[in-house]
Amino acid sequence: MWEQISDNQVRSTILVIAMGILLIMVGSLLGQALLGDWSFGLVISLLIWLIMTLIAYFQGDSILLSLSGAKKIGPDDLPRLYNVVEEMKIASGLEKMPDVYIIDDPALNAFATGRDKNKTSVAVTAGLLQRLNRDELQGVLGHEMAHIKNRDVMLMAICSVLLGTIVILAWYGSRFLFWGGLGGSRRGSSSGGGYAQIIILIVAVVLMILAPIMAQLIYLAISRKREYLADSSSALYTRYPEGLASALEKIAASTEQMKSVNNATAPMYIINPFRKKGQVAEDLTSTHPPISERIRILRAMAGNVSFAAYDFAYNQVHKGGGGIMPGSALSETAQIAEKEIRVQAISADTIDDKKERARETSEVLWGLNDYRSVTCNCGTKFKIPPDFFSNTFQCPHCGAINRI
Amino acid sequence: MVLIIGLVIIGIIIVLLLVFAGTYNGLVGARNQVKNAWAQIDVQLKRRHDLIPNLTETVKGYMKHERETLEAVTNARSLAIKAVDGGVAAQSKAEGELSQALSRLMAVVESYPDLKANQNFLALQEELTSTENKIGFSRQFYNDSVLKYNNQTQMFPSNIVASMAGFKPGEFFEVTAPDEREAPKVSFS
Repeated sequence: MWEQISDNQVRSTILVIAMGILLIMVGSLLGQALLGDWSFGLVISLLIWLIMTLIAYFQGDSILLSLSGAKKIGPDDLPRLYNVVEEMKIASGLEKMPDVYIIDDPALNAFATGRDKNKTSVAVTAGLLQRLNRDELQGVLGHEMAHIKNRDVMLMAICSVLLGTIVILAWYGSRFLFWGGLGGSRRGSSSGGGYAQIIILIVAVVLMILAPIMAQLIYLAISRKREYLADSSSALYTRYPEGLASALEKIAASTEQMKSVNNATAPMYIINPFRKKGQVAEDLTSTHPPISERIRILRAMAGNVSFAAYDFAYNQVHKGGGGIMPGSALSETAQIAEKEIRVQAISADTIDDKKERARETSEVLWGLNDYRSVTCNCGTKFKIPPDFFSNTFQCPHCGAINRI
Repeated sequence: MVLIIGLVIIGIIIVLLLVFAGTYNGLVGARNQVKNAWAQIDVQLKRRHDLIPNLTETVKGYMKHERETLEAVTNARSLAIKAVDGGVAAQSKAEGELSQALSRLMAVVESYPDLKANQNFLALQEELTSTENKIGFSRQFYNDSVLKYNNQTQMFPSNIVASMAGFKPGEFFEVTAPDEREAPKVSFS
């Protein structure tokens, strides 16, 4: 059923090719304008693209993980998170368990990465762990698992590399054009070069300005579509759209911003990490659909979690203009009831649950930062920093001397 | 003329063979996915069977008055282990009963605050909750795979290939226990 999603790749592929053509145009025009040789510019631009793609392919995930300061955890470090990831891995039918990472950041966010289905990772922030209950966490990780399953990670990597190459070429190109263009016109006047060179220069300048914007828009079109698809896949995996909807609501309400993100890594996250406080309706220039809209669509699914139901809900929220889901996914199954299985009840999120989650999360973060835990005989717990100078310390509570 | 007709016939046969081969391979792929999904359920069921002795051992000391509930869990577990080789239907029935017995036990736990403060128990509870979820999700994926496979064996034209090559429809892993469909009134989180 879910492999059908790959049909959607066709549309994405067309957009990727469009970006590729844009790159070729920029490259060859730059070559023509600067050196009078379009093929040279073409070769150079393709070479830059190739190198960047290779880096993104082989090092992309580790660069992303280290940029965000993510730390890998095992099943015993944080059973709840690890288990939920495994549950979603099973629900999505993914063959191999992704590596699980934690980012020490109070903001609420998550992302998935990986170049193929044998080497994937998901990362969540400490803030997310602390604030979301199990159902909400399932919804978010279902969304991330869908990105892996639908091969979005690779697609977005290819796209961001293309975009990056175009932006770099246009940036340097416009500067070279400016200086080189002046030199060129001097040379042009001496050799009597005609209008052709000037026209090429003008076209090149215009393209240098337009290309990055066009590439950006194509890129955004692709990434937003994938977000909707991942949302609906998450609803299908968990059989419970409310989990993700409620998680998105909490994420939207939080005001913390991610500490370590840049333009290139932004579309990898579950919500746009650059989102400003209180910002609701983002325009064309956002990698993610507006969060309030995503929540409304999920809530409009009304007990049916199939792709068709998501498409229908999208149309309702948008008042027509749908077709967000690939056609083959729609024809497959008309009705999939919500929550066929529901083993744990979602009780109201009690204060105790929240405390427990906060304790659990901070415990893991201490551990990941090499703090040691010592419990005094009086019951007081201490966290000893890794660079603590002495082997013993006195408990300020009962006065006993503790060994480390 | 005869040559052309002959070529056309040969061409049609080749196309038919290719279609047959493609459909056949699709069926085999779908059947393998069903098998694979079943293996996933098996892993999780086994995990649950392994967890239960630990759980009853931990809980026993705290629960003096719940002998019956505990025994019900132990019995259901041994029945479920026996049913492992008894086919999908028998196994899903036994496992459904085990799920019920377990959810009764976890409901009772609510009235033992000491137990809920026990770290060892909390860790077990997390494992059990997650295993129940994993069983549920692997069952969900299994049933989806069976549905897809059965559709292929029963829908035209792939049903022709299926009946010729002897592909039998798969069996769903049904929830047989009547009240397992409703969420038990327990907070596992």
